[in-house]
Amino acid sequence: MSFDIILSILKENWPSYLQGAYITLLIAVFSTIIGALIGLLIGVVHTIPLRKKSFKAVILKIINFILTVYVEIFRGTPMIVQAMVVFYGLYAYGIEMDRFVAAVVVVGLNTGAYMAEYVRGGIVSIDKGQYEAAAAIGMGHFQTMVHVILPQVFRNILPATGNQLIMNIKDSAVLSVISVTELFFTTKSIAGANFRFAESFIITCFIYLIMTFIASRILRVIEKKMDGQDAYQVQTKKEEPIL
Amino acid sequence: MMEKVIDIKHLNKSFGSHEVLRDVNFTVNKGEVVCLIGSSGSGKSTLLRCINLLETPSGGEIIYNGENILDDKHDIKQYRTHLGMVFQQFNLFNNHNVLKNCVVGQQKVLKRSKEEAKANALKYLQIVGMDQYVNAKPRQLSGGQKQRVAIARALAMDPEVMLFDEPTSALDPEMVGEVLKVMRQLADEGHTMLIVTHEMEFAREVSDRVVFMDKGVIVEEGTPEQVLVNPKQERTKEFLKRTLKQ
Ligand SMILES: Nc1ncnc2c1ncn2[C@@H]1O[C@H](COP(=O)(O)OP(=O)(O)OP(=O)(O)O)[C@@H](O)[C@H]1O
Ligand SMILES: [Mg+2]
Repeated sequence: MSFDIILSILKENWPSYLQGAYITLLIAVFSTIIGALIGLLIGVVHTIPLRKKSFKAVILKIINFILTVYVEIFRGTPMIVQAMVVFYGLYAYGIEMDRFVAAVVVVGLNTGAYMAEYVRGGIVSIDKGQYEAAAAIGMGHFQTMVHVILPQVFRNILPATGNQLIMNIKDSAVLSVISVTELFFTTKSIAGANFRFAESFIITCFIYLIMTFIASRILRVIEKKMDGQDAYQVQTKKEEPIL
Repeated sequence: MMEKVIDIKHLNKSFGSHEVLRDVNFTVNKGEVVCLIGSSGSGKSTLLRCINLLETPSGGEIIYNGENILDDKHDIKQYRTHLGMVFQQFNLFNNHNVLKNCVVGQQKVLKRSKEEAKANALKYLQIVGMDQYVNAKPRQLSGGQKQRVAIARALAMDPEVMLFDEPTSALDPEMVGEVLKVMRQLADEGHTMLIVTHEMEFAREVSDRVVFMDKGVIVEEGTPEQVLVNPKQERTKEFLKRTLKQ
């Protein structure tokens, strides 16, 4: 193994590496966003207060049950197996999914299952007084969620979402089993052609590191932004207040 | 004949087997300032919370402007906009700054325009002396400042009745007088107020009527003179003796 060989592999294959890294990033970003939205939705549905014995309450119970089953299945099985089942399962029924789309769906559903728990925890951890104050001025459940609770939940789940993004950058490698041309799959092709497995994958290793490092930095910046300034400005007469 | 705004009839509230309110009957008339006193755990907060349905009563009726709001058909959200609630723990919206706290309900619930809501919020923030802090987040304020914003937030909805659950117990001593002034001003303007308080001096000064509760029942009610100076019931006398000693 030598540095020269690594350089020459890079020289020859950099467009492929770049393309693979690009696909990996796309899968990670899209699936994290989808997962976060699924998680939010499930978290909100799970915390809708059940009102006595009404038709609505029964429907809600059934929906909650289905969502719980989904969460348990996706958290309780390996993603590599899910990818096989989703892609080849649908294939058996004559549905040929685009491999990239299948990848985003599998990682997204997986992320959603984890995020649902974080969101539920984030909603439950918010002080009861916040709900009561919102109810007392006449807000409904939906308004309370949108204007009071979820903005606070967003902030609380941001670190968990960041972790998911980083996990997804790495774990999307397992999607090579359904031949998605992400970074790992691409590297396998490169190494298969030049038989320099160690050198080819060392490059890949660094690319993953760079991507996860940058992702975590960006998230740190977003967190800081959301927290706002440490100090407020006392308003003098002239200034316009900021809503 | 006085116009009844809130008329409570045979109200009961239990938490499991624990009866917290038992056959409570009382009325708040338009323009009246009523103070609710009683020892800790007597059910004052529970009664206030039943009135705006933060707790669901176990039985009885709550008549608001002639309608029983415990009817299934009644629009609870709409009803609550007529009641301004000030909590013991402030409960400001942590994600919003001071101004937004006073604006969000007006805009989203009352559907007021942004400008109208802002002007109204600033009016009340000025009354409570917090208009200079419009940009501050709740976590950046002291307890006293938070409570004043909370009062402005409730007032900004222009409710028909203001409910206060010990509004001054968290305020700095020098703020109490200022808040009382605001509340008197509101009373003069015809606002109807129901105030739970542990401060007897305050109750005597501002209320038209004082209601004394003990163990979930109303023991005595009347003018501040009648209840606080010349109480008839033994339990009231005992309570006052205990409180005044402190
Ligand atoms: N959510 C609840 N579940 C069970 N019991 C409750 C609940 N809320 C209140 N209680 C009980 O109801 C009783 C009355 O409580 P409440 O808070 O109304 O008293 P209070 O008169 O406001 O007292 P304080 O002056 O200390 O605020 C207490 O014994 C309390 O433990
Ligand atoms: Mg209380």
